Amino acid sequence: MIQAKVKILSNIKAGPNYYRMTLACPAAAKKIKPGQFFQVRCGNKSLDPFLRRPFSVHNVDKKGNIEILYQTIGKATVLLSDKKSGDALDIIGPLGNGFEQRTANSERRTSIIVAGGMGVAPMLFLAERLVHRRQTTDHRKVIVLIGAKNKKNLLCEKEFRSLGCDVKISTDDGSKGKKGFVTDALKGLLNANRYTLNATLYACGPSPMLEEIAKIAAANKIESYGSFEEHMACGMGNCYGCVVKTKKGYKRICKDGPVFDLGEIEW
Amino acid sequence: MVKKHKRRSPGMSVQIGKIGMENPVMVASGTYEYNEVTKELIDIKQFGAIVTKTITLRPREGNPLPRTCETYAGLLNAIGLQNKGLNAFLIESIPSLKKLRIPIIVSISGDTAGEFKELAGNLAEREEVAGIELNLSCPNLTNKRLFAQNADATYDVVCQVREMTDKTIIAKLTPNVTNISEIARSAERAGADAISLVNTFFGMAIDIKKREPKLGNVTGGLSGPAIKPIALRMVWDVSKKVKIPIIGMGGIMSGEDAIEFIIAGASAVAVGTGSFINPNLGIEIIRDIKKYLSKNNINGMKQLTGSLAERS
Ligand SMILES: Cc1cc2nc3c(=O)[nH]c(=O)nc-3n(C[C@H](O)[C@H](O)[C@H](O)COP(=O)(O)OP(=O)(O)OC[C@H]3O[C@@H](n4cnc5c(N)ncnc54)[C@H](O)[C@@H]3O)c2cc1C
Ligand SMILES: Cc1cc2nc3c(=O)[nH]c(=O)nc-3n(C[C@H](O)[C@H](O)[C@H](O)COP(=O)(O)O)c2cc1C
Ligand code: FES
Repeated sequence: MIQAKVKILSNIKAGPNYYRMTLACPAAAKKIKPGQFFQVRCGNKSLDPFLRRPFSVHNVDKKGNIEILYQTIGKATVLLSDKKSGDALDIIGPLGNGFEQRTANSERRTSIIVAGGMGVAPMLFLAERLVHRRQTTDHRKVIVLIGAKNKKNLLCEKEFRSLGCDVKISTDDGSKGKKGFVTDALKGLLNANRYTLNATLYACGPSPMLEEIAKIAAANKIESYGSFEEHMACGMGNCYGCVVKTKKGYKRICKDGPVFDLGEIEW
Repeated sequence: MVKKHKRRSPGMSVQIGKIGMENPVMVASGTYEYNEVTKELIDIKQFGAIVTKTITLRPREGNPLPRTCETYAGLLNAIGLQNKGLNAFLIESIPSLKKLRIPIIVSISGDTAGEFKELAGNLAEREEVAGIELNLSCPNLTNKRLFAQNADATYDVVCQVREMTDKTIIAKLTPNVTNISEIARSAERAGADAISLVNTFFGMAIDIKKREPKLGNVTGGLSGPAIKPIALRMVWDVSKKVKIPIIGMGGIMSGEDAIEFIIAGASAVAVGTGSFINPNLGIEIIRDIKKYLSKNNINGMKQLTGSLAERS
C-alpha cells in the first residue's frame, strides 16, 4: 500500500458522464486484488472538496498502469474529469479486502458477475482474473450480467466480451438487451439453468440491487459476495464512518470490506 | 548488541502530567486506529503519544447511517462511539499498542460519573496505560447530557476518576458552551493534570432534494479547518485561566496551524481530521516544529508555549 503522487497517463471520456483514467503506478499495481480501491485527492491543494474520494480499480495492465472508471456526479468527480494527462494525482491504496480471496475454490465453479450501473467499475478487473484462471482448467464459465439505465449508460460490454465472458445486458427502458432489472435477468438465468449447485455470485451496484441479489442467492442456496459503498471520511479504518450492518454488528466498508458475503448482511 | 536510540531532540520534549513526551504531537481521539493499513501509511512511533478512540464499559453499536458528511473545509460526524467495550479493548488492543513504545493515553466515556470511575479503576491497574483522557464532550449519544457543559458535573467526574488513579488525567472539553474557561477551571480544581481542547462543534447539513438531514443522527460534530479559528481562540482563553497544560486541537492541517496553537498556549497538539487527507500530517508537523524552533533560536517547547506577543 502506498501514498504517492502518480502520473496521469490519460483521462478519456467513456460515455455521457463517464471517464476512464489511466495512472502510472508500478509500485502498487502488482499487489492489487479485484474489488480494492484507491483514496484519491481530486482537488489539488484546495480544501474544497475537502476529503479524498474512493474509486475502485477498474483494470491493471502489465506495465503497472492502473485504470479507474468513474462517473461525474459532484464536485470531486467533475474536478477529476478536468485533469490532463501528465498531471500528478495524489492517491492512497490499494485499500480494502477485494474479491480475490473469494475465488480460491472457483476452479470448478461457474462465476456469475452482476454489475448494476457504475458497479461495472471493479468487475472488469475481477472478470479478467477469473478468466485468467479459467485457462488452466475448462470446467468453468464466467457469465456477466450488466444492468444499465439505458443503452447510452451501458458500460464495458465490449471489454467483457473480448475477455470471452458470456455477457447479458438488461436496461431499464429496453433500449439494449432485455428490458428490466439486472436482478430479473439473474433470476431468469438461475431458473433456466442448473448452475445453481456450482455457481458463485459476485455483485457490485446500488444497495437495493445487492439486497435483491442476497435474497436470490439465499433462495438458490448459492454463495454470493457483494461490494458495498458508503461515504468515506478516511478510507483507512480510522473513523468508523463507513459501516454496513452485518449479523456480527456494524463493519467498516473501507477496511473489513468493501466486499462482504451477502449472506452476512442485515438488510 | 548496540541498542537503537530514537533520535532525540531535547528541545521538542514536553511534559503532560506524569507523561514525558518526546515531542508535542499526538493523534486526536477517534481519528486513528493502529491497524494493518495505518501501520503502513503512518509511522506512529514518531508521535509524542497516542490517544485511543473513546471506549465505554460495554460495547456500543454506534449511530445509524450516514455517519459522516463533508462540509466546506470540514467534516460532520455522528459515529456514536461505536466501540468494542473495555474488556475487548484490554485484551485485543492494548498488547499491540504497547509494542509501539510511545505513551498510550486511553480515552474513556460513560453515561454516569460511576461508569467513568469504573473504567478508570480498570485502567489504573494496567502499566501499559500512561494516561486517561476523559471524553466529557461527546455530542453524539442519545443521552442528552454532556458532562462538560456543566462545571459541577465536570468537577464530579474528574474527582471520582482522580480517586481511582495516580495516572495522568486529561479532561477533554466540548466547545459547545458559553464559558469554556469556567469548565476548564473546574476540571483543574478537581485534580485534572491537563485539558484537551477542543472536541467537535455541534452542526448539521440538509439534503435539499429530499429535505432530509444528511446525517442519520440528524446532528453531528464538526471538525477540520472550518473550526480552527474558534478552537484557537478557546485555547488562548483557557490558557490564561488554568495552570495545567493544554493539548490543542481542531482543524490542524499544517505545521503552521500547530505552531499557532502552541503560541496561543497549548503545550501539545493533536491531529485528527487532517490526517484523513494527509496520513503523513503528524510527521510533517513534528518536522516543521523542529525547524521553527531552530530557526527562531527557541530552546524548548516551554519557551514557545503561550508566547503570544502583543501586536506592535
Ligand atoms: C469502495 C468504493 C469504490 C467506488 N468506486 C467507484 C468507481 O470505481 N467509479 C465511480 O464513479 N465511483 C466510485 N465510487 C463512488 C465515488 O466515490 C463517488 O461517486 C464520489 O465520491 C463522488 O464524489 P463527488 O464529490 O463527485 O460527489 P459528491 O458531491 O460527494 O456527491 C454527489 C452525490 O452523490 C452522493 N454520494 C457520493 N458518494 C457516495 C457514496 N460513496 N455512496 C452513496 N452516495 C454517495 C452524495 O450524497 C451526493 O448526493 C466508489 C465508492 C466507494 C465507497
Ligand atoms: C470521525 C471522528 C471521530 C471522533 N471520535 C472521537 C472520540 O471517540 N472521542 C473524542 O474524544 N473525540 C473524538 N473526535 C474528536 C477529535 O478527537 C477532535 O477533538 C476533533 O475532531 C477536532 O480536531 P480535528 O479538527 O483535527 O479533527 C472525533 C472526531 C472525528 C472526526
Ligand atoms: S472511511 Fe473511515 S473507517 Fe471507513
